[in-house]
Amino acid sequence: MASTIVIKDVCKSFGKKTVLNNISLTVESGQIYGLIGPSGSGKTTLVKLIVGMDRPSQGDIQVLDTPVPNLNLLQKIGYMAQADALYTDLTGEENLSFFASLFKLNKKDQKERISYAANLVNLTPHLKKRVQDYSGGMKRRLSLAVALIQDPQVLILDEPTVGIDPELRQSIWAEIHRLKASGKTILVTTHVMDEAEKCDRLAMVRDGEVLTSGTPAELKERYNITSLEEVFLKAGGNKG
Amino acid sequence: MRVLALVKRIFQQMMRDKRALALMMIAPLLILTLLDYLLSSNEVTPRLGVHHTDESLIEQLENMDVTVRQYDELSNIQPVIIDDDLDGFLSMEGENIQFTLKNANPSTAKALKMKVQQAVAAENAKEQANKLSLFIREIQDKVPGGLNKLEQAKAPVIDTAYIYGNKDTTFFDQLSPILVGYFVFFFVFLISGIALLRERTTGTLDRLLATPIQRRDIVFGYLLGYGLFAIIQTIIVVFYAVKILDIMLVGSLWNVIMINLTIALVALSLGILLSAFANSEFQMMQFIPIAIIPQIFFAGIFPVDGMADWLQFIAKGMPMYYAGNALVDVMYKGLGLSDIMVDLLVLLGFALVFIILNIITLKKYRKI
Ligand SMILES: Nc1ncnc2c1ncn2[C@@H]1O[C@H](COP(=O)(O)OP(=O)(O)OP(=O)(O)O)[C@@H](O)[C@H]1O
Ligand SMILES: [Mg+2]
Repeated sequence: MASTIVIKDVCKSFGKKTVLNNISLTVESGQIYGLIGPSGSGKTTLVKLIVGMDRPSQGDIQVLDTPVPNLNLLQKIGYMAQADALYTDLTGEENLSFFASLFKLNKKDQKERISYAANLVNLTPHLKKRVQDYSGGMKRRLSLAVALIQDPQVLILDEPTVGIDPELRQSIWAEIHRLKASGKTILVTTHVMDEAEKCDRLAMVRDGEVLTSGTPAELKERYNITSLEEVFLKAGGNKG
Repeated sequence: MRVLALVKRIFQQMMRDKRALALMMIAPLLILTLLDYLLSSNEVTPRLGVHHTDESLIEQLENMDVTVRQYDELSNIQPVIIDDDLDGFLSMEGENIQFTLKNANPSTAKALKMKVQQAVAAENAKEQANKLSLFIREIQDKVPGGLNKLEQAKAPVIDTAYIYGNKDTTFFDQLSPILVGYFVFFFVFLISGIALLRERTTGTLDRLLATPIQRRDIVFGYLLGYGLFAIIQTIIVVFYAVKILDIMLVGSLWNVIMINLTIALVALSLGILLSAFANSEFQMMQFIPIAIIPQIFFAGIFPVDGMADWLQFIAKGMPMYYAGNALVDVMYKGLGLSDIMVDLLVLLGFALVFIILNIITLKKYRKI
């Protein structure tokens, strides 16, 4: 299997503050890779570097064998930001069609993708509503739909299920697995440990460093405990 | 293609935001109308109290549009002026003239002072002339055989010709071209600047930059999207000013529209550039006293030629200096395209610089 995302010795600092310290990790093609870590550990910063919105202070990042940042690469990456970035004065459908037209999609594909993505996140009945009248969860779902709009090979989802009820969360994870089955590579950040269980591989991030990584089972075995939550506490505790 | 997607979106957003639309399209018309009434309303006739003054001087003053009120008794001038709401008081004790001005409004006071001076001088001259002719007649009578008749000097009539405007031209006629341009500048600046700012603060700019759109596409999308509204605004403002307010337009209407569109382009590119340095709508407002208001002072309302060198230097760095110049040239002086070419080119130069800076500034949000 080819590696989809390769991160090598990446450091990132804002001014004097070092936010990421020597991060290296590899996401293989077709994996669901989970980044877990407490608030402020640097997950979002790392994700933005992978998308190419910022440059690392040191180190290299490659996605699909292309050095980041690269404009053409963005066609193949679906990004869901942690904070909903939607045009609240437009309807859900207008948001989707705006983002769709920023990617190379013909009119017919655009229509299909919009209805597919809206359907996936159960927003079809609300497409004509303005986003300012959406609930928090609905906005989250619309953000996910926007990330999927161009049928990207790589999905980067920054805390995709925050504010989404358990039922819908289940269905979103089911869809993430379906996307994986169709050959996509998915990088997810999360706080929620039971979501971490659903990943193929995990990296635990704390204070800008990868504490440990491996499959959920490996991690549990390594620390000799049954729940990932404990792994998290233990790994962090070892350090501090 | 991506530019068009952006234009379409801006269009949708703008059509939903009725207030912004009204601010852009209707507010300039309201202000122009108000100013039109304020500045072209007739001058107030000053009210003057007089005491011991010749009938002929009073007549002179009344001919000059001064309301004269006579007082026989006079004790203290100040309370009389204030109680009777006079603008000034003139009292004559023989050769002594005592003139008091209220000066509550300096421009009214100045006008009254000028009129009184003129009237007194004219009265004086008439008296001199009378005395002189009396004197001459006496001499003629005494000299045997008489002298040649002295030709009476006729008061010269000044026939005034105007190169620009005419005798009915008001301050508003010269001011209005500048104001039309300034309002286009101001409102386009405000709306485009705040729009891009909102894009940034809501995170959608970041989101936009996570798509394959190029930085320059964003800048051009904004220029084109808001440019469309600026064009509509410009046309409405110019037509309203010329056709409804009947503002003086000697030159070509098309040149006026062209100048205003160039102004709109400068304002657009400046607005979105400055919005990059603001973190909130309030901070965007803070640019108004710094970057926008001073422009009007250098747009030609005060003659720039008479300013100190360093002020003239500042004026030449302001887009509205060139815009005001070009607009007055066309609307008031009736000059043609070749005369405003330099101004237009300088304005386009400003826009070009701002656009390039915009594309560079966006690097802050995505490095490619
Ligand atoms: N642009 C920036 N300038 C300065 N510091 C920043 C910037 N962006 C992030 N940081 C800092 O980097 C650290 C990591 O932030 P980041 O958003 O990556 O955390 P996170 O792991 O995503 O947290 P959360 O789970 O709460 O989303 C924080 O301490 C934050 O203050
Ligand atoms: Mg985060």
